[in-house]
Amino acid sequence: MVTIRLDGLGARYGRTLQVQGVTTPAFAGGEVVAVIGPNAAGKSTLFKRIAGLLRGPGQVRVEGAKPGRDAVCYMPQDTSANSVLTVYESILLARKQGTSWAVGDDDLRHIDETMGVLGISDIAFKNIGELSGGQRQLASLAQALVREPDVLLMDEPTSALDLSRQMEVLTHMRGLARARGMVVLIALHDLNHALRFADQTMVVADGRLIACGRSSDIVTPDLLREVYHVEARIESCSRGIGQVIVDSVSAKGERFARPSAEPNACVAE
Amino acid sequence: MNKPTTIAAPTTGVERGRYRALVWRRQLILLGLGLALVFSLCVDLAIGPARYGLGEVVRALLASDSVSPQVWVVVWEIRMPVALMAVVVGASLSVAGAQMQTILNNPLASPFTLGISAAASFGAALALAFGVALIPAAIAYVVPINAFVMAMLAAFLIHLLSIKRGVTVETIVLLGIALVFTFNALLALVQFLASSQALAAVVFWTMGSLTKATWPKLAITTLALAVVLPVFARRAWALTALRLGEDKAASFGVKVTRLRLETLMMVSLLAAIPVAFVGTIGFIGLVGPHIARMLIGEDQRFFLPASALAGALILSASSVLSKALVPGTIFPIGVVTSLIGIPFFISLILSNARRSW
Repeated sequence: MVTIRLDGLGARYGRTLQVQGVTTPAFAGGEVVAVIGPNAAGKSTLFKRIAGLLRGPGQVRVEGAKPGRDAVCYMPQDTSANSVLTVYESILLARKQGTSWAVGDDDLRHIDETMGVLGISDIAFKNIGELSGGQRQLASLAQALVREPDVLLMDEPTSALDLSRQMEVLTHMRGLARARGMVVLIALHDLNHALRFADQTMVVADGRLIACGRSSDIVTPDLLREVYHVEARIESCSRGIGQVIVDSVSAKGERFARPSAEPNACVAE
Repeated sequence: MNKPTTIAAPTTGVERGRYRALVWRRQLILLGLGLALVFSLCVDLAIGPARYGLGEVVRALLASDSVSPQVWVVVWEIRMPVALMAVVVGASLSVAGAQMQTILNNPLASPFTLGISAAASFGAALALAFGVALIPAAIAYVVPINAFVMAMLAAFLIHLLSIKRGVTVETIVLLGIALVFTFNALLALVQFLASSQALAAVVFWTMGSLTKATWPKLAITTLALAVVLPVFARRAWALTALRLGEDKAASFGVKVTRLRLETLMMVSLLAAIPVAFVGTIGFIGLVGPHIARMLIGEDQRFFLPASALAGALILSASSVLSKALVPGTIFPIGVVTSLIGIPFFISLILSNARRSW
């Protein structure tokens, strides 16, 4: 079974260390790990470093990966592209990268299945540049999945999807992680998704790992206050899954001028 | 949960079939472009001060005994190097433009965007106006060698600047435009200082002309194309991935910076050699790739040969027109490609419902 562990990992942009000293326990195949944190906390930078796209100190230790393929695959946050490539071609070229020109039946069958599973067969021959944000994210997800990685890094993969698609995609990813024995790390802003879908959660702020552990142990009112500067409760839904309810934003967390006479709370009393 | 949840039912292979049909259609388009090129080449060989029928040209090509020695000499010795030069130069400039547009993610990019052509013109003008040889060479080769040296110098400058940290694709394009203006100003200065006879020679050179073609020049240009094309072909998936954005290409394992720099150097070579031999032909490198893209998309396995064929066809057809417009007169090819090709290109863009960029 594949495992991935980060050991004192840092990431450098130019000479500046944007992320530093990230050490985690080993995440095992089948696990979904949410990576949460405020904007510009270093989540994307950390993902790029894990994927080997940035340099920096420390090590990414992947053990038990299948030979002959890239163990780690990164799905970037920015999925916009202005090209005359169809969705089908974009997925094909993700799969064929680093291989010969020849496209076999196996490649095409795999692409068909992936598109079918993600429900994007109807846009297979649309140009990438003509897709909506949500469609682009699904196409990008298909590009990542056909590479059959052992470790998949997904940078805010559902930010442009409607609510039902978010639930479907994350449910599917959790199922796929279990079925393929793949570690899935997902950068998320929706903490309810972290609580619902992730086995473990890493909290990143100011380029450092603040906390890491079982999602229900990590996403707490104290953490929300410290990292997001909000007063919030965690309440269980009818299925026993934690839900974050934000009561108010503390003065430290406010970035915009508040309109006069507007209360600083959604549940004031 | 141990079983993946499916969002939708797996497909029945309809998409696979559609993709295979798409590939088949693209192969047919390539075949059509190839046949059109062969036809244009034959017409190019047939037209000139002495006009021959297509049948006679084909006989001269395939069964030389069946035509008179005079026809054979005109077709093979006089017209063939020029006609083939049009094909090879057209293919080279178009492929150079295609890869320039790919790596710079800019539809306006062509070998001329980065100042390669302007630099070559300046180098040639130095030789034509003042007899300056940048590298000691046989007198017949001073002009092309000067043009080549200056073109590669421009490419090297761009290369040096582009490996600096923090330099983006947009910066490279802007640097290229700065080089274009610099070399154009230097060219204007040379023209200002040149004698009226030298000035005429410089102006004629910058218009571009295939009549400068010879077998050795053709061999060198073909060799450059033959060396570079397989390299691009081997990197077809990686180059295609660049069109999805740098981050995405990098996430597929493409070494983006290295690929971009290596492609830039090869493109410079591919553009500099034809420019050195036939002068400035600016339209092909911009339009050839756009026509190929409209016809066939951006999968480099098809886009690369389509760009080469489209560029070759445009320049070969322009060569025909340069001789056919006024019998007995051969117009400079650069003028013909611009005057006839650009209106055609504009009509193609406006009539084409599909996005071309």
